[in-house]
Amino acid sequence: MKHLGNQTKAIVAALALAALTGPALAQQGLDEPFQKPFKEALAGKTVAYVPVAMNFDLTEGWYAGLKKELEPFGVKFVIRDANWNTNAGAQAVTSLISEKPAVMVVHNPDVQTYAKLLQRAENEGIYVIQINMGSAYRSSAFVGANWVEIGERQTEAVVKACEGKSNKIAIVQGALSAAASAYTLKGVENVLAKHPEIKVASSQAADWDAAKAKAITQTVLKQNPDLCGIVGFWDGMDIGTAAAVKEAGLTGKVFLATSGGGEHKGACELVKSGAFDLNMSYDVPTQAAQMAGTIKWLLSSGAKPGSIKGSEYTTLIPITKENADSQTACWNLSDLKK
Amino acid sequence: MKRFRLSQQEIVFVVFALLFLVFSIFLNGFLTAENMLTLLQNVAVLGILGLAMAIVVIGRGIDISLIAALAVPPGLVLQMVQNGHSLPFSLMIAVLLTITFGLVNGWLIAYAEVPSLFATLATGLLLAGLGQATLFQLDVVQWSPGMNGFERLGQGTVLGIPTSIWMFAIACIVVAFLLRQTRWGAYIYAIGDNPYAARVTGIPSRPIIVLQYVITALIGCFAGLVLAASVNSMPTRIFNSTLIYDVILVVVLGGIGLSGGRGGVLNVIIGTLLIGTMLNGMTIMDISYAGQNLIKGVVLLLAVITDSFLNPRNEETAQQGDI
Repeated sequence: MKHLGNQTKAIVAALALAALTGPALAQQGLDEPFQKPFKEALAGKTVAYVPVAMNFDLTEGWYAGLKKELEPFGVKFVIRDANWNTNAGAQAVTSLISEKPAVMVVHNPDVQTYAKLLQRAENEGIYVIQINMGSAYRSSAFVGANWVEIGERQTEAVVKACEGKSNKIAIVQGALSAAASAYTLKGVENVLAKHPEIKVASSQAADWDAAKAKAITQTVLKQNPDLCGIVGFWDGMDIGTAAAVKEAGLTGKVFLATSGGGEHKGACELVKSGAFDLNMSYDVPTQAAQMAGTIKWLLSSGAKPGSIKGSEYTTLIPITKENADSQTACWNLSDLKK
Repeated sequence: MKRFRLSQQEIVFVVFALLFLVFSIFLNGFLTAENMLTLLQNVAVLGILGLAMAIVVIGRGIDISLIAALAVPPGLVLQMVQNGHSLPFSLMIAVLLTITFGLVNGWLIAYAEVPSLFATLATGLLLAGLGQATLFQLDVVQWSPGMNGFERLGQGTVLGIPTSIWMFAIACIVVAFLLRQTRWGAYIYAIGDNPYAARVTGIPSRPIIVLQYVITALIGCFAGLVLAASVNSMPTRIFNSTLIYDVILVVVLGGIGLSGGRGGVLNVIIGTLLIGTMLNGMTIMDISYAGQNLIKGVVLLLAVITDSFLNPRNEETAQQGDI
């Protein structure tokens, strides 16, 4: 019995195996022909990242996002921190040109400094991707916020908040030569041209510096206590603007619109606390994902660097009291780094 | 003839008075009590830093690392509280860090005899780098609920006067007392005037110099706490800004010669007032950033040129430590 039992078992097993492998053999899988060249195009390639500085939500977020998307494919990811020093940044780009990474991801401090260098890099066969703040040279790709649109939407919100009030507004600009500041100002002007009733009480540059923004806003509020709105150019700097508004006891009376990367502490929490009334977020994790996608596509396309040029503007997320509590409006740097 | 010569302090005061007069007459809303308070409030931190710098400059040194002392220890306080430590404990650690930093500066300059300019240039970078690399998660350290109440150091008013002005006033009184009423202060003037003579007469020069840098770092840390409380965060990358030049400007413009041994708190106040008046007036006039820089440059050049006409250099003064 026992012997027969074993025989039966063996037959059943053989049949089962035949049943399993039979159809598999009949429907043999096709080898996907694109994976191998894709993997080969990425493995061992170097992507260099040159931010204006590390250690703040935007650049840390892009870094974490890019790392997460690229390293699993064997891409070597190197960083050259310009640490708010334009010369150091230009030097980093220059030395990278001779090191010849496959891709350079560059965050421009202004529209001129790197322009010639980036052109040279593409001539040398390096793809250049510019993030958020572009230069005068158009490279393989620009991934970032549409500053003109940000300026327009912020100003529209301020103009609306001013209806029936004094119609006096202030503008706190960033660093004058930076793309982010100059183009946002253009957006502000576009809207103001349609609203001649709005009077600009002050339009000054605070150089991305919270303390300077506070000093300027304090003086402006003392001169114009009936101010109805402020267009700020970056949430990192406008912490100072908001502090001045709060100190003057005008929180809720002066509408403060700003923009930023949408990190939880810097955006949602400050909107919830009433410091900012509107924060136009350009959603850093999505920007990072778009950059990573572009890098993968460029590397696997085999296109000659400099031969194609395109742009990807980020879809903006307006953060107000209504959505500041939601899970999706903001992102956490600590989560992104995991 | 010498009696008719104006000192730089007097020249700067005249420039300040003229500017103030012109702004008061032609600028709507300048000469109001509220605006005067804003003016002072805006330069209070700069003034406190000026006091710190004045101490070392009188002692014939310079402290380029002052902005690191302003940014890193207060930033550490905010970061530690954010990470769940108590405020008093965090403050204690920050003060200890500041004192250690001052001791290192002082030791390098007094005992290792490294010129103060180079020593503090290096230590400042070191401290700022240490903060960026190991202490802070982000450049801008945010305020957290554990800090509640502490913002009163830089915000709000006492008797109608903004707190930061009070802080500047307190710092002025403390530094004036230290420099004018204590033996330590007298020694600093002696060392600044002639370090070799001071040593020969038995003044313990080296320990005094060390103490000088410790106190400067502590005042810098205090200025940082006022700044952080005022903007509800600590923008630690302020180390990379041009603030240190503004501080030196306040000191030199106010008439504390870089050759040491001269000047005092009044000079810092005058220097601060001139800078404050210029910034405030230009903000009210809504002058562009570039325009403001141009005007600042012209006014400063005028002050310096007038000084060199009225007080021409001779061999003796030229040999002293002008930078």
